[in-house]
Amino acid sequence: MAAPADATVDDVVVPVAAVDKGAAVYVAPAWKMTWWRFRKHKLAVVCLWVFGLIALIALAPEFFATSDPDATAARNAYIPPQTLRIVHEGRLTWPFAYGVEGQRNARTLRMEWANDTETRYPLRFFVQGFEYELFGFIPSRTHLIGFAGAAQTDIPRLLGSDRLGRDQWSRLMYGTRISLSIGLVAVAISTILGIVLGGISGYFGGWVDNVIQRLIELLQALPPIPIWLALSASLPRTWPVTWVYFAITVILALLGWTRLAREVRGRFLSLREEDFVTAARLVGASRARVIFSHMVPSFTSHIIAATTLAIPLMILNETFLSFLGLGLRPPAISWGVMLQEAQNLQSVVNAPWLMIPGLFVIITVLALNILGDGLRDAADPYST
Amino acid sequence: MHWYILKRLAVVPLMLFLFSVISFTLIQAPPGDFLTSYIAELAQGGSSLDQAHIAALRSQYGLDKPITTQYFLWAGSILKGDLGISLEWRRSNAELIGERLLLTLALTVFSLLFTWAVAIPIGIISATRQYSVADYVFTVLNYIGLATPNFMLALVLMWFAFDRFGVSVTGLFSPEFTEAPWSWARVGDLLSHIWLPMIILGVAGTAQIARVVRANLLDELSKPYTEMARAKGLPEWRLVLKYPTRVAIAPVVSTLGWYFPQLLSGGLVVSVVMSLPTIGPLLLRALVGQDMYLAGTIILIFCVLTVIGTLVSDILLAVLDPRIRMEGA
Repeated sequence: MAAPADATVDDVVVPVAAVDKGAAVYVAPAWKMTWWRFRKHKLAVVCLWVFGLIALIALAPEFFATSDPDATAARNAYIPPQTLRIVHEGRLTWPFAYGVEGQRNARTLRMEWANDTETRYPLRFFVQGFEYELFGFIPSRTHLIGFAGAAQTDIPRLLGSDRLGRDQWSRLMYGTRISLSIGLVAVAISTILGIVLGGISGYFGGWVDNVIQRLIELLQALPPIPIWLALSASLPRTWPVTWVYFAITVILALLGWTRLAREVRGRFLSLREEDFVTAARLVGASRARVIFSHMVPSFTSHIIAATTLAIPLMILNETFLSFLGLGLRPPAISWGVMLQEAQNLQSVVNAPWLMIPGLFVIITVLALNILGDGLRDAADPYST
Repeated sequence: MHWYILKRLAVVPLMLFLFSVISFTLIQAPPGDFLTSYIAELAQGGSSLDQAHIAALRSQYGLDKPITTQYFLWAGSILKGDLGISLEWRRSNAELIGERLLLTLALTVFSLLFTWAVAIPIGIISATRQYSVADYVFTVLNYIGLATPNFMLALVLMWFAFDRFGVSVTGLFSPEFTEAPWSWARVGDLLSHIWLPMIILGVAGTAQIARVVRANLLDELSKPYTEMARAKGLPEWRLVLKYPTRVAIAPVVSTLGWYFPQLLSGGLVVSVVMSLPTIGPLLLRALVGQDMYLAGTIILIFCVLTVIGTLVSDILLAVLDPRIRMEGA
């Protein structure tokens, strides 16, 4: 009997390490398994980092800006981007930007800007610049990047300047805050609406379900942009910027919740028939307990994925509205408001760099779409 | 089949009623009635309307009556074919909208056809050659197409064409045809201009629909009947095109329901950027100028077009899929 006993011990001993790891899979909560799967999607992980960086800019745009985004200087209008260079007179140097000098063309009366290779502004980190309040309450003067020896009005414009001579780089940083947050807030509102209405629809069924489904169909059949335009055109012109901001988020959310509600309803319908839900009900769990501690956790990851995919749409929609002049209005800075400057062929031909905010929109939307797809694929940890 | 179509048609008046209520609500949304603000605006400009004219307008729209009466007056005159007049342009709305509507439809339908013509082959190639170079290239292009706002694409292409070739690709007609009456030469001129807006407008949808086709076809290709056909010795391309593709593109037809409104919306923005003579820029101008009856009429037209789009998609779907047309019988 000794031999088999040994064998049993061996059997147990050898796979211990493996069992340990395998056991983790069996007891891991759903979100952890989702995360494990998500990590395998390399591109989505990269996009998570990109999004993190954009979110960081949105949190503290002042820190990333080089000059005051509202400081106008008509004299410095339409300066082309002063790119960072590392080669000066054929030699490799620390990154710097050339100064610019403008000359009015006597024939066309347009300012023409040329690099002034005599003046060089070397790049510096953590420099002291214009005053601001970090997160709205920490007074500070420190900025991530700056240029040594540049006077307030000569700070190199990394992405050029606009019609009023404002620094595009700094405006982009500030615009990130509004564009991203408007997307997030609008999606948050539509998620709440979607979960509540979709949940009611899916859980109760019957005529409630019918009414909500018809409402969703009606809203989805509306051409979104004309409706949004009409709604935002009806906002009083006299409203302050913050009111307009919230009104726009509500307007965007008004048509945006339907997709999420469908998703939630579908999940509810399929979960309602699952054994564990029936078991919970038979054990005598209250309705609220069945919904919130049994059903909701098993589709949270789906909701997160669907939400992530909804954010880029909202960002695009805000850009559309502001671009057409019926969304946010100056002095608010968002990517769409900035792009308004590039609304026609003439301004684009004169100053192609005015289109750069569009590049930011594309990168953000791209990152969020890939991230959302990665999350959606990972959301079903039991499928292969 | 007929029963099914009849059932769908029965819903149309209800939808139209609801949409007209929505449009009317939007007209009413700005503070104050439009006539008061119009008179104020005229007074600011130094001119004024004579009292008789004001009274006529007031009674035409029933501005002194309760809101429901106003709605029925408005809806009634539209049903009679009277779209009202634009206060800003001082012309009848029907006259302003007329040709622009036709051009809007032309642009939308062309973009739709372009989308299908490009998206379906891309979807098929991506699915049959999954994880090949072509599949990856298409996937990357799809993501970029989805992320690019169509007005950005329009701006970049316009800038590129001007910068490189010195041509300005705006509008839908050459200058000599802008005001000309319709003729074959004018149609030809339209066709030589419409392709660029058509592509710009169709890109985002192409990306979306190619994804749908790819996913559906991948599902179908792994089903037993495909295996069976292959075992029977059908050539691969015929096998793919004959059975799974037919099943896989059916949902594409159903996307028409949401894709059509999306195209109309997108066309609005592209039209503003490229100064196309469609109803989009007219709506934008009406909204900015608070010319609300013109705006309301255009929004209602957008809604009606959407209803037609949905109806066509439902009927096409029933033609394609026997399960749907049997359901009603």
